Amino acid sequence: MTPNPYLWLVPILPLAGAAINGFFGRRSSKKAISIIALGFCGAAFALALFLAAGFSSASAPYYFNLAHWLRSGSFQVDFSFYLDQLSLVMLLVVTGVGFLIHIYSVGYMWDDDGYYRFMSYMNLFMFFMLTLVLAKNYLVMFIGWEGVGLASYLLIGFWFTKDSAAAAGKKAFIVNRIGDFGFLIALFLMIKHFGSLDFTRVFAAVQTLPTETAGAGLLTAIGLLLMVGAAGKSAQIPLYVWLPDAMEGPTPVSALIHAATMVTAGVYMVARSSAIFEGAPMAMMVVAIIGTLTALFAATIGIAQTDIKKVLAYSTVSQLGYMFMACGVGAFSAGIFHLMTHAFFKGLLFLAAGSVIHGIGGEQDMRKMGGLRQYMPWTFLTMTIATFAIAGFPPFAGFFSKDEILWKAYSSEYGSWVFWLTGVITAFITSFYMFRLWFLTFFGDYRGTAAQGDAHGHDDHSHGHGHGGPHESPWVMLGPLVVLAFLSLVGGWIGIGGRFEHFLAPVFQSGAAAELAHETSGEAAGTGTETLLMLISVGAAFLGLFLAWTLYFRRPQLPARIATGLGGLYQAVAHKYYIDELYNVLFVKPLIDGSTEILWHGVDQNVIDATVNNSASAARHISDNARHMQSGNLRSYAGWVAAGGAVVIAYMIWMGVWVR
Amino acid sequence: MAGAVNLLVQSHPINSALSLIAVMASLAAEYLLLGAEFVAAVQVIVYAGAIMVLFVITIMLLNAGKEERSKGSRVAILLGVPGVLIGGVLVAWTLLYRSNMQATVPIGALKGDPGDIARLLFHDFLLPFEVTSVLILIAIMGAVVLASRPEAVARGARKDG
Amino acid sequence: MIPLSYYLLLSGILFVCGVLGFLIKRNIITIFMSIELMLNGVNLSFVAFAAHWQALSGQVFVFFVMVVAAAEAAVGLAIIIAVYRTRETLNVDRVNLLKL
Repeated sequence: MTPNPYLWLVPILPLAGAAINGFFGRRSSKKAISIIALGFCGAAFALALFLAAGFSSASAPYYFNLAHWLRSGSFQVDFSFYLDQLSLVMLLVVTGVGFLIHIYSVGYMWDDDGYYRFMSYMNLFMFFMLTLVLAKNYLVMFIGWEGVGLASYLLIGFWFTKDSAAAAGKKAFIVNRIGDFGFLIALFLMIKHFGSLDFTRVFAAVQTLPTETAGAGLLTAIGLLLMVGAAGKSAQIPLYVWLPDAMEGPTPVSALIHAATMVTAGVYMVARSSAIFEGAPMAMMVVAIIGTLTALFAATIGIAQTDIKKVLAYSTVSQLGYMFMACGVGAFSAGIFHLMTHAFFKGLLFLAAGSVIHGIGGEQDMRKMGGLRQYMPWTFLTMTIATFAIAGFPPFAGFFSKDEILWKAYSSEYGSWVFWLTGVITAFITSFYMFRLWFLTFFGDYRGTAAQGDAHGHDDHSHGHGHGGPHESPWVMLGPLVVLAFLSLVGGWIGIGGRFEHFLAPVFQSGAAAELAHETSGEAAGTGTETLLMLISVGAAFLGLFLAWTLYFRRPQLPARIATGLGGLYQAVAHKYYIDELYNVLFVKPLIDGSTEILWHGVDQNVIDATVNNSASAARHISDNARHMQSGNLRSYAGWVAAGGAVVIAYMIWMGVWVR
Repeated sequence: MAGAVNLLVQSHPINSALSLIAVMASLAAEYLLLGAEFVAAVQVIVYAGAIMVLFVITIMLLNAGKEERSKGSRVAILLGVPGVLIGGVLVAWTLLYRSNMQATVPIGALKGDPGDIARLLFHDFLLPFEVTSVLILIAIMGAVVLASRPEAVARGARKDG
Repeated sequence: MIPLSYYLLLSGILFVCGVLGFLIKRNIITIFMSIELMLNGVNLSFVAFAAHWQALSGQVFVFFVMVVAAAEAAVGLAIIIAVYRTRETLNVDRVNLLKL
């Protein structure tokens, strides 16, 4: 491990930007705010590139101890940073995509009153995310973990005067917190059994423990608890409910936090803890099952949504499920690969959706869109590329990463054909709903009104455009779209020939050996199988495209008839299977009622307040009665004295006589 | 004992004072029996001679008459009297039945020699002696101030200027 | 040979009488006299013990007690005179200036 003194600068730069904009932004000009925000974020990106250029697998991993933190007996934790191949990939993704989205936000949020606040929060988020990614121990990672949750809350509820936005922010933070609870318990277990939270030390200790194939043990417990944390942060079952609500935030927020970076923190954490998971096959199975189920479940909800951002939100949940499925079957590098490509095309999808929304004056309902491709050609082009990427068409990025996952799901020693089949079905559904979105938005006739060019909408920010009808977005917003589109096109090529996997191999040491062995055996046994499976998944993608084309282009009346035909089933899907309502009844309402009745009335009022009030009135009663002693009557005083004296004498005699 | 009881029984204070003098005289006799001649002498001179005279003067000065019936203190009667009686009975019982019955005091046992006492008083107990003299001085001043008539004090103040 | 306990018994009786007088009597001068009675009783027990233990300091202490009693009697009587001037009564129940 070689030290690298530049590591700590990477998170600090955006923090500086956030601080400057936060404290002075109120009185600064928008131009100054933008320069500061973009400048610091760009500087972080430049530094990341510099680190990447100087990165060599021979001297990796790099580390840097910034300062002491905790010293308690033999347990110590420092502010340390760490850069290995895995962190490098995440670092480049976070800074790169983050920087592009910052540029986009300059255009998108320019007219908002809280512009300086927004840029400050975005920089703050970058700081925490980079801390998370570059951490050398679980505690510093947890700082970043919590911090991105905080930034997410701030940004989701950015338009805090809107009730639904504030509630969504709260929901995100609280559900995150539940996951964090699991994470914390896992950390406690680590401290207790391994005596450290440092990655190298923990993983070295884990290697000495036997693999828990027989039954559940310490590693399984830690793994499951870490998964709870990841489920909260990365919106998996059962803690995914916050992500669709998080669409209340501005679209750049959805792009950055809820597509490209924050929600991937859970995947990163699981990948980083690969040593732990590989020692606990049961935990890995759980991870894979959760991932697969979530992927399928969220995809089915996506097909019935009418809000363009909600479709993308459920799509994110679904794609994250793919990543967890990958990690659960031991294909950690495949999961990270998909994380990277997903950041490109999902970020692009959200930004393009934002461009669409911006262009039609704030409308987000797809039923009021249509035929926009003649009004917004560039947006249309970039979004098309992204849609094909996510559906898994070659040669776009999504194809390579998704196919890698599906192959590993089938062939890995932890995987099974069940995972693979569910993955293929989900791919079909993904393709279907993405193309549904594509057709509804860009093809057919424009179903909105011309006045929507000036109207306010969900986004609650007005434009001074005064144009009639939909229009293309300015270049400050289109630029990042083009860059991301390019990446969505070529980003997958890095995985050809297993180069990406090879690059990440040193990180997933123990897994790599097993994978390599299996690769060769798998290769030998089933290159044919692999090609076959690849063809099936591409076929699924085409099938989805065809179905969407039929339903939403050729015969647009058909979907409505199908919906009414399916009746209750369709209603259930459209209402997200009523999960939110279920949670409300199961958890939220009892909690609130319990707090009100038991804790507020019962404890606070009847016990605590009562104690204070009663002791006060008791004091009053006692003194009321005791006041009669002070009568001023000399003889009664003497009487008391004599009585007291008698008591004392009696006591002394008793002591002297009986206690002898 | 008879004198003590009589003190309680009498309703006119002057009678009570006289019975108190009787008590003190008999106490002086007791001291003599114990051999404390100096103490007995002092008892008669100081107590019976000075203090009781003071009491009698005050009674006559203030024209104290028979005691009138007035509302007493319930607490004193209810609590105090039984209390003190119980205390007394307990002490007596302890003394009579639990203590060493053989402890006797021969008559005239003490060497109540004034010379020895003086030696003790001015030698070992010099400090308390001086303190008590200061105490008496303060008592005299206090008594004078308290008992003087208010106009007399004012006249005295005016006379001085 | 008189047993010590008799002396102490007598002292106790005198003391008890003093306290009873304090509690029962209404005339303040009589109450003061009961106080003197109590002091006398205590003096007796002092001397008795001094004789029993052949310690001369007991008698010295009696001397001091008498001094204090004298001082206290002087001041107390002065107070009674002052109170009588304002209240025109020697009945202790009427003098309830100490009432809160």
